[in-house]
Amino acid sequence: MGLLEIKNLHANIGDKEILKGVNLTINPGEVHAIMGPNGSGKSTLSAVLTGNPTYTVTEGSVMFNGKNLLEMAPEDRAREGMFLSFQYPVEIPGVSMVNFIRTAVNEKRKYQGQPALSATEFLKMMRERKDLVELDNKLANRSVNEGFSGGEKKRNEIFQMAMLEPKLSILDETDSGLDIDALRIVAKGVNHLRNSENASIVITHYQRLLDYIVPDVVHVLYKGRIVKTEGRELVAELEEKGYDWIKREQGDL
Amino acid sequence: MSVEQSYIDIYNQMAGKVKAQSSAPLNALRDEAFKAFADRGFPTKKWEDFQRSDLRERYATDYGMNLTQFNINFNPYKTFKCDVQSIKSHLFFVVNDVFYCNDPKVADEIAALEQQGIVAGSLRQVAQTHPELVAKYYGKAAKWDVDTTVAFNTAFAQDGFFIYVPKQVQIDAPIQIINVMNADLDMMATSRNLVVVEEGAKLQLLVCGHAAKQFNYLCNRVTEVFVGNYGTLEMYKLEDTECCMTNIGSLFVEQQADSNVLINEITLKNGFTRNNINVELKGEHAELNLCGMAIGDGDKHIDNHTFVKHAVGHCKTNELYKYIMNDASVGSFDGKIMVDKDSQKTEAYQSNRNIVVTPTAKMYTKPHLEIYADDVKCSHGATVGQLDKEALFYMQSRGIPEAEARMLLMVAFANDVIENIRIEALRTRMRLLVERRFRGEVKACSSCPDLCM
Ligand SMILES: Nc1ncnc2c1ncn2[C@@H]1O[C@H](COP(=O)(O)OP(=O)(O)O)[C@@H](O)[C@H]1O
Ligand SMILES: [Mg+2]
Repeated sequence: MGLLEIKNLHANIGDKEILKGVNLTINPGEVHAIMGPNGSGKSTLSAVLTGNPTYTVTEGSVMFNGKNLLEMAPEDRAREGMFLSFQYPVEIPGVSMVNFIRTAVNEKRKYQGQPALSATEFLKMMRERKDLVELDNKLANRSVNEGFSGGEKKRNEIFQMAMLEPKLSILDETDSGLDIDALRIVAKGVNHLRNSENASIVITHYQRLLDYIVPDVVHVLYKGRIVKTEGRELVAELEEKGYDWIKREQGDL
Repeated sequence: MSVEQSYIDIYNQMAGKVKAQSSAPLNALRDEAFKAFADRGFPTKKWEDFQRSDLRERYATDYGMNLTQFNINFNPYKTFKCDVQSIKSHLFFVVNDVFYCNDPKVADEIAALEQQGIVAGSLRQVAQTHPELVAKYYGKAAKWDVDTTVAFNTAFAQDGFFIYVPKQVQIDAPIQIINVMNADLDMMATSRNLVVVEEGAKLQLLVCGHAAKQFNYLCNRVTEVFVGNYGTLEMYKLEDTECCMTNIGSLFVEQQADSNVLINEITLKNGFTRNNINVELKGEHAELNLCGMAIGDGDKHIDNHTFVKHAVGHCKTNELYKYIMNDASVGSFDGKIMVDKDSQKTEAYQSNRNIVVTPTAKMYTKPHLEIYADDVKCSHGATVGQLDKEALFYMQSRGIPEAEARMLLMVAFANDVIENIRIEALRTRMRLLVERRFRGEVKACSSCPDLCM
């Protein structure tokens, strides 16, 4: 049984159908890339999987870890091991980074029946994981994402991922707006966390990131459906030819 | 019989006795104040400055009045034991409307302050021992043309706290005043406070309100404050009372040149609250920081009315009020900053930000600036919104339960009011109280009165 099994997933925003029957199975240890033109529904898929209330699921099922994901509150999905690195991380003025991540870590531990970390244990863990993504010490005492540069926000997402050790991480365009150095740091963090138990979905437009985080499977999402699934060689093909041939195959050009 | 009539009758019967117990500085204004009250009665919603608060209705309950100033058998020093001793303060109590003197600690504290040249204690007593000092200030800042509850207070009040910090004296520790309501019947308290901070002097004052029992209580407390040239006053006020408490608090502040005043009012829990704050900046380069926050739930009513007058130029006002309204609570902010014609180079900023959590809660806001000078920097604004949904989801997506995420966002919202507190230990304490309050813990402060250090 897969870690994530999506069957015929349909989802709306308001009256508008965005996902029109997505099927996808992800096994532990795998990295899947999801590519596709702007507006295809990639962010919608990640939002639906994490339980964003803006979207309504109208049809289909999603099993995560053998449990019905769609019935779970967003916080329970997270504590079951789902993680989204947001395309646009949210700023939360007045809530310090330390307080935020400590609450998240300890809530997860509570859910798993483990005691809260002591202050020392927590700080040690935080220091290690922060170093992994070369996040500035100062940021820990600032409000969540407030006044962070674009690159800092993305590295902060990977830092949170490192702290929460998810089973499934969805990276939604974590590479957009990153210079090559930041991209390398992000990729290093992701690869470091990769093991045979967990899995990732990497959503991106470009080959760049996939040179660093090498996918096992590559999907193309187009108009709310997965229209192509191949091995990693598809990345180079898309980079070379763009999406027009896919659109043509779909009878749109 | 009108609501007012019974109080008019009481005054006519009792004024002689009240005056006999009281002394000249307080008696001088009684009849005039009583006349002003009898002529116009209590404020109702028809009055321009009371659109959200009908005070006449609040006075309609048949409360007991303690005009003989009978000292009830209750020692707050024994009842209230504090769990946090992080900052030292000079602690006094006003029980109902009587400054509490019956514990030996009171005389010790008064003596300790006297060593520093400070006169502090019961207004009634100081008016007898230092009549010229009280007469110089009493009734000079408090006006009753807008609010007749101030006239009512001036007619009836006999006691309260008095603090005089002479020139250049910087007090060694904050003074803490705890107002306690304690009576086994519906009870009204009418108390009067006077604070004088002379040239170059500094005072930190913590005031909190507490109700020891569950009767209907009404407090009408008027406080006059005078801050001299280069004087500094920090005044922290906390309300954490019960649903059956009506609090009418009026504060009148006069600031001279180069003075610095911070007023920070936090309403954690209350019944019906109406705060009037009036500040007049009378000397150049005076600075005022006026801020407050209120948390409403149930059917609570919180109305803050502020008026700041820039009577001269080169002064600065920073005003910030924040409300978080739950359930069917009703909040109102009505703030005016007035800049007189010749008050050039004024800086005045006013902001009122509110979160209305539930669809049944209500928030009324009326920020305004009235500017007659032309060379000024002023701004004002108000917002009413909900908790940030995206931030809420972001936190949930990290495994933080919705209720906890809401709590964190509410604490974060309140944070900049708390950040204004200049006493670090108090800031920490206040953050904790606010957090406990948002967690829905019945009494934010577990074993002691609210600001208890
Ligand atoms: N808040 C919204 N309201 C209405 N339409 C939206 C909203 N968010 C996204 N959409 C629409 O949903 C579609 C899919 O968007 P999205 O999932 O962001 O695509 P991608 O991430 O693949 O670029 C687009 O057509 C977009 O216009
Ligand atoms: Mg997207």
